[in-house]
Amino acid sequence: MKRYSAFAIAREAARYHTGWERAWASPKPKKKYDVIIVGAGGHGLATAYYLGKNFGITNVAVLEKGWLGGGNTGRNTTIIRSNYLQDPSAAIYEKARSLYETMSQDLNYNVMFSPRGVIMLAQTEHEVRGYQRTAHANALQGVKTEFISPQKVKELVPIINLDGPRYPVLGGLWQERGGTARHDAVAWGYARACSQMGMDIIQKCEVTGVRNEGGKVVGVETNQGPIDCDKLGMVVAGHAGVLAEKAGFRLPIESLALQALVSEPIKPCMDVVVMANTVHGYMSQSDKGEMVIGGGTDGFNNYTQRGSYHHIEETVRALVETFPMVSRLKMLRQWGGIVDMTGDRSPILSKAPIDGIFVNCGWGTGGFKAIPGSGWAMAELMAKGHSPLAEDFGLNRFTEGRFIDESVAAGVAH
Amino acid sequence: MSTRLSSGGRLLNKGKQISFAFNGKQFQGFEGDTLASALLANDQMLVGRSFKYHRPRGIVASGAEEPNALVGLGMGSKFEPNQRATTTELFDGLNCTSQNHWPSLEFDIGAINNKMARFLPAGFYYKTFMAPRAAWKHLFEPIVRQSAGLGAAPKDRDADRYEHYYAFFDVVVIGGGVAGLQSALAAAKAGAKVLLMEQTAHWGGRAPVDGGSIDGAPVDDFIAAALAELKGMENVTLRTRMMGSGVYDHGYMLGYERLTDHTPDMAGPRHRLWRIRAKQIVTATGAIERPLSFAGNDIPGVMLAGALRDYVVNYGVSAGDRVVVVTNNDDAYRTALALKEHGLEVPVLLDARPEGAGALADEARAAGIRVENGKAIAKVQGGKRVTGVAICNQSGEGAVLEEIAADAVAMSGGWSPVVHLWSHCGGKLTWDDAQAHFRPDNSRPPLGADGQGFVKVAGAANGEFGLNAIMADATAVGIAAAEAAGITAATKLAAPAAESAAEANPAAVWLMPQGAGPALRMKAFLDYQNDVKVSDVMLAAQEGYESVEHTKRYTTLGMATDQGKLSNINGLATLAHSLNVDIPQVGTTTFRPPYTPISLGAIAGEARDEIFQPLRRTPIHDWHEEQGAFFEPVGHWRRPYCFPRKGETHAQAVSREINQTREALGLLDASTLGKIIVKGPDAGKFLDMLYTNMMSTLKPGKCRYGLMCNENGFLVDDGVVARIDEDTFLCHTTTGGADRIHGHMEDWLQCEWWDWKVYTANVTEEYAQIAVVGPKAREVLEKLGGMDVSKEGLKFMEWADGELAGIPVRAYRISFSGELSYEIAVPASLGRALWDKLLEAGAEFNVMPYGTEALHVMRAEKGFIMIGDETDGTVIPQDLNMQWAISKKKEDFLGKRAQMRTHMADPNRWKLVGLETLDGSVLPDGAYVPAGGTNANGQRNTQGRVTSTYHSPTLGKGIAMALVHNGPDRMGEVLEIPGTDGKTYKARICDPVFYDKDGEKQNV
Amino acid sequence: MLILECPYCGVQCEETELHADGEAHLKRFGPGSSDDEFEGYLFRRENPKGVHFERWRHVNGCGKYFHAARCTATLEVFGTYSAQTLEPPKDLQDKISAKRPGWTWRELKGEG
Repeated sequence: MKRYSAFAIAREAARYHTGWERAWASPKPKKKYDVIIVGAGGHGLATAYYLGKNFGITNVAVLEKGWLGGGNTGRNTTIIRSNYLQDPSAAIYEKARSLYETMSQDLNYNVMFSPRGVIMLAQTEHEVRGYQRTAHANALQGVKTEFISPQKVKELVPIINLDGPRYPVLGGLWQERGGTARHDAVAWGYARACSQMGMDIIQKCEVTGVRNEGGKVVGVETNQGPIDCDKLGMVVAGHAGVLAEKAGFRLPIESLALQALVSEPIKPCMDVVVMANTVHGYMSQSDKGEMVIGGGTDGFNNYTQRGSYHHIEETVRALVETFPMVSRLKMLRQWGGIVDMTGDRSPILSKAPIDGIFVNCGWGTGGFKAIPGSGWAMAELMAKGHSPLAEDFGLNRFTEGRFIDESVAAGVAH
Repeated sequence: MSTRLSSGGRLLNKGKQISFAFNGKQFQGFEGDTLASALLANDQMLVGRSFKYHRPRGIVASGAEEPNALVGLGMGSKFEPNQRATTTELFDGLNCTSQNHWPSLEFDIGAINNKMARFLPAGFYYKTFMAPRAAWKHLFEPIVRQSAGLGAAPKDRDADRYEHYYAFFDVVVIGGGVAGLQSALAAAKAGAKVLLMEQTAHWGGRAPVDGGSIDGAPVDDFIAAALAELKGMENVTLRTRMMGSGVYDHGYMLGYERLTDHTPDMAGPRHRLWRIRAKQIVTATGAIERPLSFAGNDIPGVMLAGALRDYVVNYGVSAGDRVVVVTNNDDAYRTALALKEHGLEVPVLLDARPEGAGALADEARAAGIRVENGKAIAKVQGGKRVTGVAICNQSGEGAVLEEIAADAVAMSGGWSPVVHLWSHCGGKLTWDDAQAHFRPDNSRPPLGADGQGFVKVAGAANGEFGLNAIMADATAVGIAAAEAAGITAATKLAAPAAESAAEANPAAVWLMPQGAGPALRMKAFLDYQNDVKVSDVMLAAQEGYESVEHTKRYTTLGMATDQGKLSNINGLATLAHSLNVDIPQVGTTTFRPPYTPISLGAIAGEARDEIFQPLRRTPIHDWHEEQGAFFEPVGHWRRPYCFPRKGETHAQAVSREINQTREALGLLDASTLGKIIVKGPDAGKFLDMLYTNMMSTLKPGKCRYGLMCNENGFLVDDGVVARIDEDTFLCHTTTGGADRIHGHMEDWLQCEWWDWKVYTANVTEEYAQIAVVGPKAREVLEKLGGMDVSKEGLKFMEWADGELAGIPVRAYRISFSGELSYEIAVPASLGRALWDKLLEAGAEFNVMPYGTEALHVMRAEKGFIMIGDETDGTVIPQDLNMQWAISKKKEDFLGKRAQMRTHMADPNRWKLVGLETLDGSVLPDGAYVPAGGTNANGQRNTQGRVTSTYHSPTLGKGIAMALVHNGPDRMGEVLEIPGTDGKTYKARICDPVFYDKDGEKQNV
Repeated sequence: MLILECPYCGVQCEETELHADGEAHLKRFGPGSSDDEFEGYLFRRENPKGVHFERWRHVNGCGKYFHAARCTATLEVFGTYSAQTLEPPKDLQDKISAKRPGWTWRELKGEG
């Protein structure tokens, strides 16, 4: 496959771009693969990519019931950060963040990683202490963060109102190398790279059943016929519970709807990502100029992927309070995504109760930022049977009471 | 050139001239103009620049679908970017500027992108800007961001206000055209409570422009009569300037009413957001005309045929003197006829269909219009405006047959029903091959709570285009909607007979000419605002972005501020063509609310500043404010953090408050503390399940401190429980915990132990509670007089009802500070009175109120834990060495089973200790204690963390509490604790009780 | 924005009046249960794309908890009923079976 570059564009321009190849192939499924990954979202594709890149396993199929990158990968607010409190989280998110730094070059696909910095505002004394704690933890975890003063917040975010009468800004947790990336491009870039390694990405291929023999997985049933495999990775986010049920086990997962919206595009006015957890809102400005705004989750199980309204109202109210100028912007579009929540709201990267099956799910509202780290760890887990990054995210933690709870530092929103 | 005509202008008041400014130039318009019509009347063809290539952009449409004519409207605190000129009513003094250009609209440096367009195809940025690595963030991204973004960012705080309105209707009809009017009439006559909303300022929609007759009279007569009738009905609410913004689950919908946008100086809110519950919704939202895809279809002067007609008929404005009409359907003939009727020249009408049109074609020919069948536009000539048109055969590759001078082009690619609102909540679509459009599939509507459809569609939105069919459909749908809302009409409204010209079917024309090569396709625009061309969609398909969502996202088709109202169908037809599949196989992208963008101000509503969230005030709150207390938010309360005096820092104030309390007397407004009454024969048994310790053995008159865990074993709340009588307990909770714990109690009582005889009541706000604290506490209470508060009369951990200074009180002798302390509860209405009396009586002891920070420090000095500091949702009582508060006798309590799990029972869990710094400094908040080495992920190992840390004014040094691995066994050991300030602190492990270990001060 | 009828006060509740509280008809496992039973009870919730029984509290209203049978794929509400029940009322079960052919109420596992 040809490399992407400015020269390639110039070459193609001369012939009206008729020479560009497919970014990824569109193969028919083979009868058998070494590894099948179910779910061609960011996490599934990244898993396949690192299976190939790090372990030389390329007889891999990635099955996708819809179109690749069409789930939460294409519906999130694209924030990347690793300022997590607990060691296991900080490890995997920082691994992910560092992989984002070089992802465009690694994949030869510009995912527009923009390390513009992320601020999490502290607006109560409790949050101040929580973020100071996170900053201390991060220092020992090798994650570069800093607790900054309100004045520094204002310098970084001139449009912010520090002195809201209800929740004045008392400081913030600042991660300079956090930022955003172009979400679709992450899926597309991985897909192209996987395809280039000879892996089969099969879209519109829905898994309808999982076949086991003697407690070991042997393949899947799909709407395109049965496909055999030695190992099966389930990486289907919001539908993890539904797929597990088909395989005959149950996950500690509930699927909820998460709300988000964007404004109309305006000229650049905010160069960093701001998260305000006390008032429940977060906002960044995309390269197109839209203000990208994240809301809350509905409290009930929901598979509709529709936008609902009252969370949007709560979020917008918080942002108008925090950034008064947004009052005269307009909401362009709102939508919902299905997020899978575990009992401690941390992900699951684990062997399943059935031999040969591995599960990667439960990223809740924070999956996008984890994609490369998640794929890296999942690939290692599937190839070697264990991975230091995945170690603490096993299913057994729910039996043992060994939770990874990030809500501790008030950092519940992603 | 575009100009004002002497004829036409049915919406204008030509008696009233209005002046306005565009890019600093003063223009004149009439009352009734839109900004777009007024700009055209002043020959302002060029109104903006496109997003990517900065191409010149002119007005294309006449309504909400306009992609190009976006302006920055107003100034300062009333400035708003990206306002659509076609939906902005002209007002006197309107001041607007065009967008996305520098230095000027006429000469835009960014238009260099246009020259480079060949090098900037869809998705070019995914393929380049990758080296060197830092260049994206520091070089390329800033350039991309600056050149994108359209309108300027508002700078000032919004001067306007907004409001919300709640409304409930049987039937809500969206769209005030003839279909909407008729549906509303049909539903209202059946007896339904009806809301009819129209997004523009005018009723009637397109019908008055399109012509035809209803009941033998002009359409205008019908509109006037229908309106008069609706206005006379009490069960009908009519609103113009109100858009159906979004349809949500279970019949929820938003109406966006623009109250003062057309007259900004009028008092009152700018926008009103209607939050509506509708039993049934009828979308009578009409249809939107599609552009045709030919080279140069984006040059200013190329407009939708219907829009050209609107401007002539409604506003008396012509877009050009010589207008070439190009179409694939009959409707554009109406434009040609209207232009002709108003004295404009139509040099040729190009009909891409070989067979041509129905009755309207005969009329056109009769009017002397040259009609060419099977012909198309090869290319529009011109730069910043149209200068001419090159004609070719539709079936060919674009060989030019003839060139015709023209200054405007009217194009019509057919009409697409407005299906957005139908689709928001899951309504499905069906492809109508004959009409070449998607229309609602009425068998698959959005489903309500009962599993039945709650949206119906009437008129053109339903794919009905003949006037008679529209009126019949609208009538039937109105009646059906009322019925579905549970209202059966006694007499059903009959549909009026209507007549309009019979039309031949349109032809599906997705590219013009059919065989246009790459050079032409690169100039044929689909999405005008985002600069997406036919060639871009074809490239996406070629590169494997085959799903319609991939294509949309790869090319940005339909993602501009118009959300693809003009471009979506053409784009997906182009994609289908490229993939060689049928259009329905490609499907549509998902329609998301809102229909057109709505202001964030309207969404936020009145909730701003002080009333941003509900504010809870204690009965003593006003006094705190009067004293200039420094507040901190705690839940929805604001509690005094401290009461600084003139010249004092907060730290000094806190020290003073503590010292005075320890030495003499302090007062704390503890009213926010949660208070829950638990009552019933099984109350004791219930509390035994809720608390880790035994509550059923508590004697009436006594208090006991209790810990509460959740079923997962973690500590969630603590507080003092008082047994009032055999059946009654009063449970104190933390300030933040009151509602949560009450819910928790009710949860278990209602869903698990529903046969237990227990009631609970959250009485937090019924009582004010004042902590009277310090060596002089008893004296001051005795001074108030009325009850026995002596050492024997009211022992530590007892409570008593009585009277103080004539006020009925319940006094608890409990202490969270280690001092002699009483918490006095009184009915909320008497809280301030008691507070005032305590201040008065305490004056001789120099009484001082203290705030939450003094409270925190004093409890830490005593080694008392604080929920939220020592606990964080991951801590169990055992971690805090509180085994004494965990009953061994009880078989079960919430959390007991959880605490048996291996990790919970692990002896290696970190345990609570005190820490004192060797040099007396204060440890940093949240600091961790490193252990040697690193873990498998390269992170430094840790062995503990600081949970609370303060300067203790009592002890004159820093004190802290911490959770440390094997902590209680390591007393005296010195730990090294790095701060984020670069310093390393040394602290000795010690008992967490720093002050008055034997309780001599509180037990007096 | 869902609407659910509170079976206690009869009010058609807006979602904002309510608090959703997860799966209904959980069987509590306390001391004496196995690790697996306890984990299952606390964490392994039914998470169907389809018929779901769940607990709601009319928190900004009468304060009562009630149960709802709802489809998580379409958000259709089949009915609401008292929280003081071990399983959905028979008529509601029949109604759901009629609307979702093939659906039957599970056997309550380990119910004594």
